[in-house]
Amino acid sequence: MSLPAPVDLGLAALVLGLAGWVITTSATYRAAEGFVAYGLVLALVWVRLGSVDVALTEAALGSGLTGLLLLRAAARLPADDPAETTRPGPGVRVVAAVLCTAVAGALAAVVLLLPEPAPSLAPAVAANLSATGVGNPVTGVLLAFRAVDTLGESIVLVLALVGLWSLAPDDAWGGRPGFLRGPAAASPLRFLAQVLPPFGILVGIHLLWIGADHPGGKFQGATVLAAMWVLVLVAGLRQPPRVTSRPMRGLAVFGSLVFVGIGTAGAWLAGAFLAYPEGLAKPLILSIETALMLSVAVILGLLLAGPPEPDDAAGVRS
Amino acid sequence: MSAVEISTVFTVFAVSLGSLFFLAGTLGLLRLPDTLTRLHALTKADNLGLGLIVLGLLPQVSSPLGWIGLIAVWLLALLAGATVGQLLAGALRPSDGTPPDRGGGSA
Amino acid sequence: MSDATLFGLCGAALVGLGLYGLICHPGALRKLLAFNLVGSGVFLLFGAVARRGAASGFGGDPVPQALVITGLVVAFAATALAVALVVRLAQAAGRTDLDPEPPARSEATPERPS
Repeated sequence: MSLPAPVDLGLAALVLGLAGWVITTSATYRAAEGFVAYGLVLALVWVRLGSVDVALTEAALGSGLTGLLLLRAAARLPADDPAETTRPGPGVRVVAAVLCTAVAGALAAVVLLLPEPAPSLAPAVAANLSATGVGNPVTGVLLAFRAVDTLGESIVLVLALVGLWSLAPDDAWGGRPGFLRGPAAASPLRFLAQVLPPFGILVGIHLLWIGADHPGGKFQGATVLAAMWVLVLVAGLRQPPRVTSRPMRGLAVFGSLVFVGIGTAGAWLAGAFLAYPEGLAKPLILSIETALMLSVAVILGLLLAGPPEPDDAAGVRS
Repeated sequence: MSAVEISTVFTVFAVSLGSLFFLAGTLGLLRLPDTLTRLHALTKADNLGLGLIVLGLLPQVSSPLGWIGLIAVWLLALLAGATVGQLLAGALRPSDGTPPDRGGGSA
Repeated sequence: MSDATLFGLCGAALVGLGLYGLICHPGALRKLLAFNLVGSGVFLLFGAVARRGAASGFGGDPVPQALVITGLVVAFAATALAVALVVRLAQAAGRTDLDPEPPARSEATPERPS
């Protein structure tokens, strides 16, 4: 039996160590900080697993945007929250540890007993990829072979935004999202928010464009675009739009509408919902990706910006 | 020695030296006494270390677009490192005009 | 042991760790962090399966990889919704534990059989 490469062993140890830190550290804010580092190391694990598309998504979305979300939330928690200090008694902890070890052990057994040879859809994807006109197999799966998953996902994002906004108190409806507003930002952050967005927008478009043939794609690009928007909001250079703003709402559902429209047209032109007419697959996939990237970027930014708050709350919160 | 061998030796040398700077920066982060000196060790070593690694990788890339990409990575990391260093240092010194809580940039 | 097996076992351990945090932390935001660890462990299991399915010149089976990308985006959306719920709970109740009764004292809460 051959041993894994030392770098893999080191990465696995680092991931488990950081996860242990996230679980065991006492303060929530520190745990959120640990989660950001954990996500970045996990992105390296995905590179080692030969999946650069997932690594990009994990680094940008799983570590970056989720980390920002959790850090901002941890900073807003009440200082004297009893949940920060109370812990269950030793009995509960022991029972929980035994149960969780059993679950982890069962999953480990599944990993060790996976069937040999491994089942794979890779040959099927390779055989049919040329019909889609794209060279990146993951993009082919996301936009052609399993396009219905991606369509469902784009609608889930809209629903999550609706759910988030519905948490607003009555008097806050019509206000601006409040999570990212705060005291005036320090000047280095304002400088960064002025210098970085042009590059970030370029990187986002680049990720979308190369996603057809190389690792990248609309989700990674949209995450970078959303990050640039959020940077501008956090620095206080712009206010988030009001939740009643119609152009913004239109932009949020634009991608899903284009996707459904092209999918429905496929029912007539190509014989099935979400099927592409022969020869037109690549331009249609690129159109859907472009529209989805805009919408996903707007929705990710709005999800980070949080539910609306009354106008008078702006700036007074510490 | 052929040109390929020279470029390979250069890459190994520069990347190793860059890794050494990262190691030194990490040691500084762990061992130096206060936040400002730790910040100094970290940002300086990161900037130099990443710069050397990028320099070492340049001969391995054949296309000009690849060079631009590598150099852009370094420049963006410089910008981010400088900004974060300023923000953290500003958070330590609330007297110089920044808000006292977390330097205004807790994110 | 291949890299797929190693990181698959790593994913299994992450699910266990996250589950433990989910049970043992009373704070809703900590539960959310732990749940994200469980999620990334499950994604890593997918990654191990994808890696084992490497064929036809691909580094891994692209179908599970695409599912993980979809899953990451949906996990972010769910986390954002949950974070908004936690912040709302903190605004309304001044605390973020999920105990239905207000705490009688500030020491450790007594163990409950449920």
